Amino acid sequence: MIYLDNAATTKTAPEVVEAMLPYFTEYYGNPSTVYSLGNTAKKAVNEARRTIAEAIGAKQEEIYFTAGGSEADNWAIKAAAEACAQKGKHIITTKIEHHAVLHTCQYLEKQGFEVTYLDVDQDGLVDPEAVRAAIRPDTILISVMYANNEIGTIEPIAQIGAIAKEKGVLFHTDAVQALGQVPLNVDELSVDMLSASAHKLNGPKGIGMLYIRQGVKIRSFVHGGTQERGRRAGTENVPGIVGFGAAVRRAVKRMEEKAAKEIELRDYLIGRIQAEIPYCRLNGHPVRRLPGNVNFAFQFIEGESMLIMLDMKGICASSGSACTSGSLDPSHVLLAIGLKHEIAHGSLRLTLSEENTKEEMDQVVEELKKIVQRLREMSPLYEDFVKKQKA
Amino acid sequence: MYSEKVMDHFQNPRNVGEIENASGVGTVGNAKCGDIMRIFLDIDDDGIVRDAKFKTFGCGAAVATSSMATELVKGKTIQEALQVTNKAVMEALDGLPPVKVHCSLLAEEAIHAALWDYAEKHHIVIEGLKKPVDDISESEPQEEY
Repeated sequence: MIYLDNAATTKTAPEVVEAMLPYFTEYYGNPSTVYSLGNTAKKAVNEARRTIAEAIGAKQEEIYFTAGGSEADNWAIKAAAEACAQKGKHIITTKIEHHAVLHTCQYLEKQGFEVTYLDVDQDGLVDPEAVRAAIRPDTILISVMYANNEIGTIEPIAQIGAIAKEKGVLFHTDAVQALGQVPLNVDELSVDMLSASAHKLNGPKGIGMLYIRQGVKIRSFVHGGTQERGRRAGTENVPGIVGFGAAVRRAVKRMEEKAAKEIELRDYLIGRIQAEIPYCRLNGHPVRRLPGNVNFAFQFIEGESMLIMLDMKGICASSGSACTSGSLDPSHVLLAIGLKHEIAHGSLRLTLSEENTKEEMDQVVEELKKIVQRLREMSPLYEDFVKKQKA
Repeated sequence: MYSEKVMDHFQNPRNVGEIENASGVGTVGNAKCGDIMRIFLDIDDDGIVRDAKFKTFGCGAAVATSSMATELVKGKTIQEALQVTNKAVMEALDGLPPVKVHCSLLAEEAIHAALWDYAEKHHIVIEGLKKPVDDISESEPQEEY
């Protein structure tokens, strides 16, 4: 099997699993208790919190564990909107955010908030000046993702953060795809809130976090206990938190080496596809892009068919086609970068890890060439195109 | 997600291709929605579908329903071919996931469009055949947040 869907989720690293295991069967105590069994768990939670805080240049008490990235996004946006509703009801975000942000914003629109969804350019970049221009006296929150999950484009977060700071508007970034892949520092970025998730960086599923800058007033997300400084009640997912901490420690240690390896593989794969498969388009920024992200649109064919055929060859990938989303519209991200519907339907995302090899990339290109050709031979759009070429 | 029959018809689609000087050709669907089906029919003087071929741009279900629909109409009279409904195509494929039902509707529509083309070319009226709509994309129910 060749796994090329690391933006969807990653393999939990063996050392992460190992770090977690004692917290299921040995140190299973509730961190809120007074006896030492619980205290061991509490120490482990705090250590993980410290590790994660250090990794993003934050204070330990600014890290709040959640059940994942989507929860963190929901919390940041809903609770900030609620806390600031007196000041205004305008929120700025972009057209390419993850649905955890977009759908939350749409929910808030129903509650009487007004949301500006900023356009992006053909590479998926947000213009910081467009953010500045969108800020109004009643703007209470700006939310722009650090890196896009589909096309891998890395946004100018530090520039947007500086603008938000200057204007005194809360700034949230969804860094789910970025933590552990690229260096992050909350002060350099001037972010007030940052969402992340463990399973995107070889950690376990079901655990994430929201960084909330000290002094930022947002509402509690879960009521019912003093956990997470009373802002997100509920007994801690101790093994998950320990795993998250271990995953971050591991990712920080090998970030440079991992990124270098992935970028080499990524650019090799991009180069071969561009050279050997006609009528394709690289989606996302060529350089300002996540180390492991490859996203192409292949004209005249549809994404789900490609995925099934790749799966038959043992290759796991994903697509922004409508058929993979269960709706008739293709990915909102691909439409936002200006792709026509029929081209967006033919998109393929391959997200690499450092475990992939050049041989695997070669194998993928060989299979992909055959698959694209086979589907084109079956496609009435290609037939029409060829006839038009001949005419 | 897909039945074995659907996977079989996707992996080994029957009747892919074109028919030169086909008696009737029907193209339905909408590239915007991600599905286009083109069905070619060869109908003899006795009104029997001698051959059927297809080209499809679409997902696994779209390819499989095209394949099955062409199989089902081969050897049939025009009236019998008209009775190849989306239900018949779905049943022959051992069912489709709910989000893919529109693919089977597309297959039915593509056959109707090809028959309509045949009727127009031969200046005949096929009883029970309505002028096909070329875009059958359904409006999806709005998601609630």
